Amino acid sequence: MSDMDMDDDGSGIVKKFMFLNRKAPHGTVYALEGLEVVLITAAFDQDVSLVFTDDGVYQLMKGMDTKGIEVKDFSKTYRALEGYDIEKLYVDKTSMDARGLTEDDLIVDVTVLSDEEMKNLMAEQDVVISF
Amino acid sequence: MQFGILINEGPYNHQASDSAYLFARTAIEKGHKVPRIFFYHDGVNNSTRMAEPPQDDRNVTARWSKLAEDHGIDLVVCVAAALRRGIKDELLAPGFRISGLGQLVEMGIQYDRLVTFGD
Repeated sequence: MSDMDMDDDGSGIVKKFMFLNRKAPHGTVYALEGLEVVLITAAFDQDVSLVFTDDGVYQLMKGMDTKGIEVKDFSKTYRALEGYDIEKLYVDKTSMDARGLTEDDLIVDVTVLSDEEMKNLMAEQDVVISF
Repeated sequence: MQFGILINEGPYNHQASDSAYLFARTAIEKGHKVPRIFFYHDGVNNSTRMAEPPQDDRNVTARWSKLAEDHGIDLVVCVAAALRRGIKDELLAPGFRISGLGQLVEMGIQYDRLVTFGD
């Protein structure tokens, strides 16, 4: 991948990066292109957390089938994140409840956080990038 | 303070690029540094020199080029997002260059703040 020709900025600094996924997987390109940034950040050996909130929780839904809209189904990438040492996946309980979803509806193991816990996790981060 | 800026929306359709410009200009005026600005998603559309807005409107791309020239800002356009949207080297306005997402991650690592403009 041309994007991955540098795997280290040479500084040895490790920062806490949080990626806030707020958008449905399809309809806009944010989720797909956002995932690219997540993978590159992991390649730079940074401390990566992924949060799914608002319609972003739909990105992890089981049974994705994009044939009808003729776009790429990239949901398999979420299952491959472990291979990139990305293991901190969080979903927002309020967003799940509002959409009638539970952890059983999702394709990967996640930690469900309350608003208060989410606030605290966010406060710990050095960099928050929102897609 | 060193600010990195991420712009995720194209010009005119969305205010993100305008707000980012005003933020960058003001930060520099106040004595801060903005070493690099990264254009992603439709934000890559800010970089084309082919844009010709009406005379009575602001020229978003030309404004970025000027700010970059005046203050030595590195304007980086994501290669994957650019190719997907038909933005190539030969179309770039002065001051812009095409590179990888690593340049965005570096801003997060090296600068004091990374500020995102977009939806």
